[in-house]
Amino acid sequence: MSGIKQKSLKLYQWFDRRLGLVKPITEAAEHPIPKSSASWWYVFGSAAAMIFGLQIVTGILLALIYTPTAQHAWTSLIFINHNIPLGWFIRALHGWGSDFMVAIVIIHMTQVFMFGSYKYPRELTWIVGVFLLLMTLGMAFTGQVLRFDQDAYWGLGIGASIMGRVPWIGGELVHLMLGGPIIGATTFSRFFALHVFVIPGILLALVAVHVWMVLYLGISEWPMPGRLVRRSTYVKEYEAEIHQDGVPFVPDAAWKDVTFSAAIILAIMACAFFFGPIGPSGPPDPTIIQTVPKPDLPFLWVYAVFALAPPALETPLLLITPIVVICAMLGLPLYAGEGEKHWSRRPVAVLMVSVIAVSLSILTSLGQHPPWSPVMDAWSGDAVQPKYLKGRTPLQRQGALVFQQMQCRNCHALGGLGGQRGPDLDMVATRLSESELIRQVLQGGGNMPAYGNALSPPQVTALVSFLETLNGNERPAQNDVHRLMQSESAQSPGHSSDESQ
Amino acid sequence: MKKPWKDLFKHPIIENPLDQPSEHSRRKFLFKVAVLLNGAVGAVLAVPVLGYLLGPVFKRNDSYNHWVPVGNLDQFPPGETRLGRYRNPEGTPADGQTRTLPCWVRNIDNTRFQVFAINCAHMECPVHWFPQSKLFMCPCHGGVYYQDGAVAAGPPPRGLYQYKYKVAGNQLMIWAGELPTLSTQASIAKPGSKTCLG
Ligand code: FES
Repeated sequence: MSGIKQKSLKLYQWFDRRLGLVKPITEAAEHPIPKSSASWWYVFGSAAAMIFGLQIVTGILLALIYTPTAQHAWTSLIFINHNIPLGWFIRALHGWGSDFMVAIVIIHMTQVFMFGSYKYPRELTWIVGVFLLLMTLGMAFTGQVLRFDQDAYWGLGIGASIMGRVPWIGGELVHLMLGGPIIGATTFSRFFALHVFVIPGILLALVAVHVWMVLYLGISEWPMPGRLVRRSTYVKEYEAEIHQDGVPFVPDAAWKDVTFSAAIILAIMACAFFFGPIGPSGPPDPTIIQTVPKPDLPFLWVYAVFALAPPALETPLLLITPIVVICAMLGLPLYAGEGEKHWSRRPVAVLMVSVIAVSLSILTSLGQHPPWSPVMDAWSGDAVQPKYLKGRTPLQRQGALVFQQMQCRNCHALGGLGGQRGPDLDMVATRLSESELIRQVLQGGGNMPAYGNALSPPQVTALVSFLETLNGNERPAQNDVHRLMQSESAQSPGHSSDESQ
Repeated sequence: MKKPWKDLFKHPIIENPLDQPSEHSRRKFLFKVAVLLNGAVGAVLAVPVLGYLLGPVFKRNDSYNHWVPVGNLDQFPPGETRLGRYRNPEGTPADGQTRTLPCWVRNIDNTRFQVFAINCAHMECPVHWFPQSKLFMCPCHGGVYYQDGAVAAGPPPRGLYQYKYKVAGNQLMIWAGELPTLSTQASIAKPGSKTCLG
């Protein structure tokens, strides 16, 4: 027994004599941290690293089968989904892992921000973290391109259009991004190189630096209201706290990190299993135009911004906001490197996080069911319900037909069906009078195209007479009441002349 | 505080030998020369690397475009707007399905045409033509265009991009090859060629 023990000890010594890593790694793992930091709030960073590992493994697995060319990428994904045993599951893990990674990185960042952990001496750790966030988003975008389906194809178009808005060098940037004049083989290949070589390489290097700094500077202590960070005293205070109340990272805090990571990986597996792989949607054939391109979850909010921003402001907004936001994030620890850490004493920080979180979630959920997009097949897909036709005159029914045929439905809902781009028309007759309806149809306005060229006069008459029935049995629009009164008074001229006297 | 890394870079066997001061400064100088040399080699190497990387950028604008057929004239009846297809003139088989591209061809009266890019002028999404209401609608952010390509509603900052065209025998040809964006536009009116006739 002792013989085996001695032999293995010898073996260990043989390695350690040549490797020299066991001691520093053990010391790093057991480095003391403030007891307060061994908390469930401090687990997001390690979870992000764990998902990154999962992405690397599943990415390599996919690369075993995936054919990285514009010509074959889409077919090879279909092949992985259907012909490779469990191929769908590996694809699903990679896809859901991506969404989870973006989410966890953002949560990690929010936590660090709220706890003031970015303050002295950890400013650079935060700055590297900002680049890690950007690289993570870069992975999400390039990964979406590698799915090379319809969404990817038109998503590249959106990218090109943003580049094309840059003043002076826009055209050059478009060509640089596309690797040529148009979306094609070279475009695909450069996104492949970015997704598989360039960005992962940068990510690995930055993660190493980030983790190194966490070890070197120590994990930030749990913030206390009123306990201010000062450059002159912080390190001494921190070391005193660790001396007094420190615990080794492994195992006192690490067990929580490891447990949380396992839970997250399990959640990714569950999503992958129950919801399956993400895409691919239709093949990347630009001549199939029956498509409604949509970006992946992390970019849905951008999609919403494109639709909602006032057109005149759009280009400056698109080009300047990202630069301002990134600079603000990079500059944050340099500007606010000292002072209060606790959230209860930093109302502006709390407000900022709430505003950003609320607006991002609103924009994302809008992006999921975009009310600004016409429903391209509503005119042929959603029929006018019988209740709008019962007891109507032939002219009014003719109008319903015009309503359907002229794609009004694509933007206007009736009975809850149809597009949301324009207002619902269920009660339109209570809002607009006959003459207003005619004017709106012929001349458009308020973001509605003019139909004067597309409709013949009888069609307009029929359409408007149909629209006039849409009053939900309430009284007609104000102007019509007016008109009724006028015609009544016209019938009794004596009355009106009485009044004028 | 115990620093976990303090042993990491300390070589266990050899202590750092100190040279004679005179030797040392000579090697210091040689090292500097070597570094400079390396920098020079790197700079020379950067030329082909950057040339390769930025190749697509240095090509003159419009030199990507060529005359390509979008179909026979009888595919485009007068008074109507139909989908035309053309092949990317600089495409290769590696492009796969992306090599064939769509565009909208409006035959105004058999002598005048308008050829619109499929790409919405807002963010490049594919616009659909609705012959009944005579509108192009964009599925992405609700851009709408009239039959002549003018903006009817929504966020697009300009009308649909148009290709230059010519009729060669029985064929309609367009001047194409570049993705039209706000800074790389499909229709760059050249003197002597027919363009947008609304
Ligand atoms: S891409 Fe057409 S409206 Fe935005």
